[in-house]
Amino acid sequence: MAKKVLMKGNEAIAEAAIASGCLHFFGYPITPQTEISEYMAKRMPKVGGLCLQAESEVAAINMLMGAAATGSRAMTSSSSPGIALKSEGISYIAGCDLPCLIVNVQRGGPGLGGIQPSQSDYYQATRGVGHGDLRLIVLAPSSVQEMASLTAEAFDLADIYRMPAMLLADGALGQMMEPVDFEAFPKRETPEKTWATNGMHGKRAKNIVNSLYIDPNVLENTVRERYERYALLEENEVKYEEYMTDDADIVLVAFGITARICKSAITELREAGIKVGLLRPITLWPFPKKVLGELADKTKAFLSVEMSMGQMVDDVKLAVNGKKPVHFFGRTGGVIPSVEEVVSETKKLAETL
Amino acid sequence: MTTTMIFAGSGGQGIQFSGKQMAKTGMYMDKNVTFLPSYGPEMRGGTSNCTVIVSDEEIGSPSVSNPDLLIAMNLPSFDKFEPAVKAGGTIFCDSTLIDKKSAREDIKAVYIPATGLANENGLAGFANVIILGKILKETCIFDYEAFTNFLVSSIPATKAALIEKNKKALELGYNY
Repeated sequence: MAKKVLMKGNEAIAEAAIASGCLHFFGYPITPQTEISEYMAKRMPKVGGLCLQAESEVAAINMLMGAAATGSRAMTSSSSPGIALKSEGISYIAGCDLPCLIVNVQRGGPGLGGIQPSQSDYYQATRGVGHGDLRLIVLAPSSVQEMASLTAEAFDLADIYRMPAMLLADGALGQMMEPVDFEAFPKRETPEKTWATNGMHGKRAKNIVNSLYIDPNVLENTVRERYERYALLEENEVKYEEYMTDDADIVLVAFGITARICKSAITELREAGIKVGLLRPITLWPFPKKVLGELADKTKAFLSVEMSMGQMVDDVKLAVNGKKPVHFFGRTGGVIPSVEEVVSETKKLAETL
Repeated sequence: MTTTMIFAGSGGQGIQFSGKQMAKTGMYMDKNVTFLPSYGPEMRGGTSNCTVIVSDEEIGSPSVSNPDLLIAMNLPSFDKFEPAVKAGGTIFCDSTLIDKKSAREDIKAVYIPATGLANENGLAGFANVIILGKILKETCIFDYEAFTNFLVSSIPATKAALIEKNKKALELGYNY
């Protein structure tokens, strides 16, 4: 039997990254994710890697770009306002086609906001993480086990599609402890990094990592080539969990910690005779549009439950495409919705059907 | 079966330790467990609390509005969480520090002067472990022997002096 360890979500991310061969970590402390840096500082020297506390988030993201350009598995982590500071660097990394991992353990915003859990960086992660035409692979764990397994998956996907990936967690997942089994997730085949700027040794033509193209036609071509990879990702890598959707009159849509609150609510609602299910997007980009479109043919209504004022609900509406009504319930600013609130919102909706 | 618990008190009383020990024991017993701490200013003193769930089923929400068990180690925690305890639930109060009784008739209240007992027995700082012993006595959440063994095995060799103190504290609470 595999040995389970009780770990904080933040620690599980760090350990999984090291187990996945990450050798460079660049960070700058911010609650509620500082345990990632702390863990890396302790462990990296022991595995021959590097953990560097940069002078700022901006420095850390640019160090990450440098490390990723050499073909090394590298990452940074921060929380909401810190990710905003990294925005320029993330766009450069996307423009340079560099695989790496960016972790956002979200807290309440806008501004300095608060330090309690939030999901209000959904737009930032899936829409506006940097300037220009770009996408990130965005994975949303909902348990400490997934904090580990999706960290490994994010590194693999980043390498396969040669692009940056983001793990979008929140303060509750970062701080809570659950048993983790580090042997429970598979590793994928990843391509050789023939593009890496790791020294020619006189054996090949030089590699250039660059995001500057003065000729608009050349730039357009690089962007189009990148979007072909994005299209493959959308076709092959959409991940989601369906829970009790088969006979559901109402489908809740929620990711991360909120999905777990919805599962508890579903148990109570089913006991009260209300047929409710859950669609939990695991990849926020690419978003599970297709399955939502199919569910729209079977169910009567959707309720998007989020720790924000309603951001993912836009994607749910796009996917459902007017076939069925899409409603929203959320708490924000660091408030975690209670099971009772989700039960009562769903009951209100059920009465209108 | 699912048991939900809130441990609450002041920073430094070992609230997080108690919660973690419950979660760890549950994990060793092959149960599903979650441990959700309060974080932020609490970590630097002031009030501290954590929520622990031990279950045979998959655990949905790790946060709990109405716990089965409340462990209160100071008055503000008692005042805040006592009204929230589920009907039929149990509260454990450190009666050395909480000079108040529960007025609720739908819950069981267990009063144990844990801090006083700890001080009288050369176990200052082990009031939380004394309460753990009492929980094992009053509920059937874990077997006393098994819990003690897991607790002892989680103490590193460099801190072997703590083994006897923990055992003694558990025993004091269990037999109170």
